[in-house]
Amino acid sequence: MLQNKAKILDKNQISRDNLIPILQEIQEREGFLSKKAITEVGQKMNLPTSKIYGVATFYNQFRFEPTGKYHIQLCRGTACHVLGSATILDEFEKQLKIKAGQTTSDGIFSLEIVACIGACGLAPVISVNGEFHAKLEINSVKEIINSYRNKSI
Amino acid sequence: MTQNNKKLKNFLINSVLNNNNSVKFNDEEKNNLQILRGEKTDKTLIYIGAGTCGLGAGADKTRAKAEKFLAQNNIDAQIIETGCIGLCAYEPIMDIHLPGFNRISFCKVTADKVDDILKNIFELSVPNADILGQFTSDSRAWENINDINEHNFFKPQKRIVLQNCGLINPVKIEEYIAKGGYSNYLKAIKKYKSTEICDIVEQSGLRGRGGGGFLTGKKWKFAANQASEQRYLICNADEGDPGAFMDRAVIEGDPHRLIEGMAIAAYGIGASKAYIYIRAEYPLAIKRLKIAIAQAQEYGIIGENIYDSNVNFEIKIKMGAGAFVCGEETALIHSIEGKRGMPRPRPPFPAIKGLFGKPTIINNVETFANVPDIIKNGHQWFSSIGTQGSKGTKVFALSGNVKLTGLVEVPMGTSLRDVIFNIGGGINFDKKFKAVQIGGPSGGCITNENLDIAIDYDSLIKVGAMMGSGGLVVMDEDTCMVDVAKFFMDFIQRESCGKCIPCREGTKRMLEILQNITKKPINNSEALERFNGILQLERIAQTIKDTSLCGLGQTAPNPVLSTLKWFKHEYEEHIFERKCSANICTELRTFNINVDACTGCHVCVKKCPTNAIIGSPKSAHFIIEDKCIGCGTCQTVCKFDAISISK
Amino acid sequence: MKIEINNKWVETFEEETILEVLKRNNIHVPTLCHIKDMLPTGACRICVVEDADSGKLIPSCSFPVYDGLKVKTHSQKVISSRKTIVELLLSNHPDDCLYCVRNGNCELQSLSDNLQVRERKIRGNKNHHKLDLSSSSIIRDPEKCILCGRCVRICEEVMEVSAIDFINRGNKTVIGTTFNEGLNTSSCVNCGQCIMVCPTGALSEKKHFPEILSAINNPKKQVVVQYAPAISVSIAEDFDFKAGTDVNGKLNAALRAIGFDKVFDTTFSADLTIMEEGTELINRIKNGEKLPLITSCCPAWVKYAEEFYPEFLTNISSCKSPQQMLGAILKSYYAQKNNINPANIYSVAIMPCTAKKFEGQRDEMTNNGYSDVDAVLTTRELSELIKTFGIDFKNIEPELTDSPHGVRSTAGKLFGVSGGVMEAAIRTAYFKLTGSELLNFKVKSVRGLKGRKEAKIKIDNLELGVAVVSGLANAKILLEEIKNGRDDLHFIEIMACPGGCIGGGGQKINADENALKERMKALYIIDENETLKVSHKNPEVIELYKNFLEEPNSHIAHKLLHTTYKKRDVLL
Repeated sequence: MLQNKAKILDKNQISRDNLIPILQEIQEREGFLSKKAITEVGQKMNLPTSKIYGVATFYNQFRFEPTGKYHIQLCRGTACHVLGSATILDEFEKQLKIKAGQTTSDGIFSLEIVACIGACGLAPVISVNGEFHAKLEINSVKEIINSYRNKSI
Repeated sequence: MTQNNKKLKNFLINSVLNNNNSVKFNDEEKNNLQILRGEKTDKTLIYIGAGTCGLGAGADKTRAKAEKFLAQNNIDAQIIETGCIGLCAYEPIMDIHLPGFNRISFCKVTADKVDDILKNIFELSVPNADILGQFTSDSRAWENINDINEHNFFKPQKRIVLQNCGLINPVKIEEYIAKGGYSNYLKAIKKYKSTEICDIVEQSGLRGRGGGGFLTGKKWKFAANQASEQRYLICNADEGDPGAFMDRAVIEGDPHRLIEGMAIAAYGIGASKAYIYIRAEYPLAIKRLKIAIAQAQEYGIIGENIYDSNVNFEIKIKMGAGAFVCGEETALIHSIEGKRGMPRPRPPFPAIKGLFGKPTIINNVETFANVPDIIKNGHQWFSSIGTQGSKGTKVFALSGNVKLTGLVEVPMGTSLRDVIFNIGGGINFDKKFKAVQIGGPSGGCITNENLDIAIDYDSLIKVGAMMGSGGLVVMDEDTCMVDVAKFFMDFIQRESCGKCIPCREGTKRMLEILQNITKKPINNSEALERFNGILQLERIAQTIKDTSLCGLGQTAPNPVLSTLKWFKHEYEEHIFERKCSANICTELRTFNINVDACTGCHVCVKKCPTNAIIGSPKSAHFIIEDKCIGCGTCQTVCKFDAISISK
Repeated sequence: MKIEINNKWVETFEEETILEVLKRNNIHVPTLCHIKDMLPTGACRICVVEDADSGKLIPSCSFPVYDGLKVKTHSQKVISSRKTIVELLLSNHPDDCLYCVRNGNCELQSLSDNLQVRERKIRGNKNHHKLDLSSSSIIRDPEKCILCGRCVRICEEVMEVSAIDFINRGNKTVIGTTFNEGLNTSSCVNCGQCIMVCPTGALSEKKHFPEILSAINNPKKQVVVQYAPAISVSIAEDFDFKAGTDVNGKLNAALRAIGFDKVFDTTFSADLTIMEEGTELINRIKNGEKLPLITSCCPAWVKYAEEFYPEFLTNISSCKSPQQMLGAILKSYYAQKNNINPANIYSVAIMPCTAKKFEGQRDEMTNNGYSDVDAVLTTRELSELIKTFGIDFKNIEPELTDSPHGVRSTAGKLFGVSGGVMEAAIRTAYFKLTGSELLNFKVKSVRGLKGRKEAKIKIDNLELGVAVVSGLANAKILLEEIKNGRDDLHFIEIMACPGGCIGGGGQKINADENALKERMKALYIIDENETLKVSHKNPEVIELYKNFLEEPNSHIAHKLLHTTYKKRDVLL
């Protein structure tokens, strides 16, 4: 992991405009931004860590804790809202017994609300580890969860 | 690269792109071009709509099934993934192009339908399936099948931006070039001075498709006229408006059109460096864009001294990290610079002082996608389309409670009624139309009485909405407009950057006021608070509008003001009667137990979270209205359908 | 070029902002995020004025004027918008003015008063944040923060420290350190400039009142106090004197009235510092040791070096700061001479500085297990204390400092302003190297409020290269030059705060614009008017060496008056 990070840092020319791409690449590889990673980026880029943390906390994309094995992103765009995404969210929270932004205690699922994914024609939509599930209904929530849970065993 | 590919590349570069109308094609070349344009084929092609929406509808499973069918039956055919043709509701879409036949398009092709369709087609019979139509060409037509452009969804459309989407292979530059692509760029850099490019675009009347609607060519001139060693061009593909997805579709379906538009713009303003700021939420678009950029490099469209013109052009992709406010130009610039995406005061405008302090032009995807055809056909052609003040076409993303969701491109001036009821097929389940939200969180809603206005930038503003990026979310009679306002307020207050006070504090307060009126007050002080809030709502909204730093804040109260204007009675109902007719605001619902149906099984009593239900076992139960929070648990658990929402 | 303000035409210059024009014409428009001479951020929107042509509100702080622009600064729309903005701020503010450290001196409070906010009309859920008490100098109360961002900008642009920044977004935005942890984990150098620019009570110094009062009321304790050279020309402003009035005698009297047993002047140990540091400089030059020598008086600078420039730690003089030197002398020589158990001495220092609180608590700053200094008060806190004790400062009869350790030279007094340590050191070094006094004593080239001053001083055959910087951002530039090979400097004075201690983070908040200049002038006038102009002639210093310290840089001097530095591992 560390070696990877060193590579990410070496690969990029380290001017300030590379900060967000670097953080994105670290998160891509490690799943989240650890304190250690942020500190290292600061050292390599010669940038105060307060600035890095300030940038990272500004954007929705960055996480500071590991996600579950299956990361559920639920779209809360307008079209999804009009077609009932709020109740879908409730159902996920109920079934997984977590709130949006949290990870289940077994580490299998994490739930996140995201801005419009741009699949409005298929609302309501979720994406699990990048795999889309469209035109959801309350009843399909349990099925989806179970299908992934079975995969994880 | 195989010998054939090399030959093709040389042909395309030397004879098509560098063609000064002097080169005559031989038969083989003509044939090749026709194949690349999709007018005919020498082998069986299966196109699968694999945009995000297609994939969401199961296009990958459809593809797998088709592959299996081909393997099992030993059929030699090539499967090609295209972008989205725009009819999201009918995905997955699968087209089949047999040698000698017209290309035919099937919709709603879920995996289970694949075998039957392919079996029939290969037997040259038309399967009993959902067919969009066929693409008329010189080849043999399928009997009794309409041309696809006769389909209600496509017929009223005029496709400039979307002309290739869903039709061509988005990651095959050869097809784009064969269809005339990139020759406009070469025309631009060889025939015109850069100031002429700005002139043409200005005269065409093209206005920015990202929201504000500023004259594109005029804006380019601001930057072009700045003395500077370096200028930058930025494509804003951070399509953040919930309910808008045309930029995604263009990039997924026709990325080269964007690149060509940007290349022309860069030449026009004298920028050699360009950025595409694209949402990380669009992985497929990013992937295709990267491939397209690499191909354009290979074909010498991107690089140095392009086609011996002394023009240099370079594109970098920057992935947005999820912040709606980065659609604002100065925030976007800060984000590219690696900073928090907080807007800064303007002036100075980015065209004067933008990225890294240099003159910078930012346009969105749809704007750039219009440019190649303006160069190709001239400004008169473009300005002949549309209305007095708004030229050309506009792509709308149609979603919500409408039958045919998807992307629609129509000339400016088309009425919303046409778009929703003619192209979109009307309201789902034939319910009543209530309103359509246009322009996302910065826009407003339009009711039935204004559906017939000719849509353009100016007419929309007159009715209290705005074009925005062109998201159209259709809402039927079951939608609660207070809830819609609350939804947008919640969105805006979460996406506010937090820099300026009115937007940061004001949107939160407005949201709280809306939250308060969509639930019952628990005690007197809450009831007072609720009422006091309503009295402040418009004042806060006005201050946010008047004093916020950026466009996001200045337009943040629009959804509230717009719904207040058209649906004041719904607000009043929520406030005074504490009732939501659409039954969306669950905390205002009251439930009623039908004494005849209730068996007194007591299940609801046990499940009620607030002990609002009383009654002794075996006799009918009652709900204490004051305690009920309207969660609906009792209704869900009742096995005898005895509990209903009070009307 | 002309613009019309409230129906009156006024002349303007190219590239001026509306706000600058308004200020020149004495029209007051409130601001919150604006900092003079820094680029406007346009965050607070309180400075909006109405464009009389379009009726739109525009931010005066960032809007450049153009010929023919017409604005109204106090139209109904303007006033009501400003008022709503303030009400919105208050709706997410603790509203506990009566208990607030900035009660009566708060920009939000006076803004709300001026706009006649008399009712809580806008209410909502307030954000809750933890109080950060982790730093030994600075308290952060994010609930009172209105996110104007002035502290962030000072910390970044003037100090180059960037210990804090905005965290999160929208309504959840908060200003904090990396990972939003305690200030003590950050690179904060405790300079307190953030407090100086904070409009509300979100930032304040850590108070030491209870400890001091209990020591004063403890008959077993002898409570001694020292005050820094800048105090006597700064504190008067809090008591209706003109900025820059020297109230040395009143200060002595007030301190005794509060109950301090002995009152000493840190300027005495400033002279002592010159003896030690001057000797160190001469020795380094003579012996070809590491140069340039850099001053160590400023604890914010010292911490900055320990964090950001550890490679320069051997350049920094090993001398303790004057505060710590006097502290050490009081608990050793003074205690011995007066037969007091050092354990029974409670030593207080009044400083224009918040970093001195941190310095006083450093592990290195002890001797025989006793802290050199037990408590540090800022100028502001002393004012509060004087008010608490009901002392009529304006009319109190002046008194003298206690002796010994009370007599001072005017060279030591110059320590209060940027360039003063340098000037005092040059005077003494000149004498030590040539045997005669510097003509006129004045070293004009290192005087003034400029962030960076340099000079070449001829001392016989030696051309002494000196540089004086204040504001750590300026220090950074100079240090980078040296890292990149610059080698013409022998001696550098670095003060963290712009202008030196007269502009320290412990000084009066919202002092008037000219205060800094007036305080500086006052120090120069003292130097002009008095006769004891060099540290090496201070009779009490001479006596101290004779009776106790032997000679500068002696073994015992090293033990008591010198210290060491170490690289710090904090989140940079």
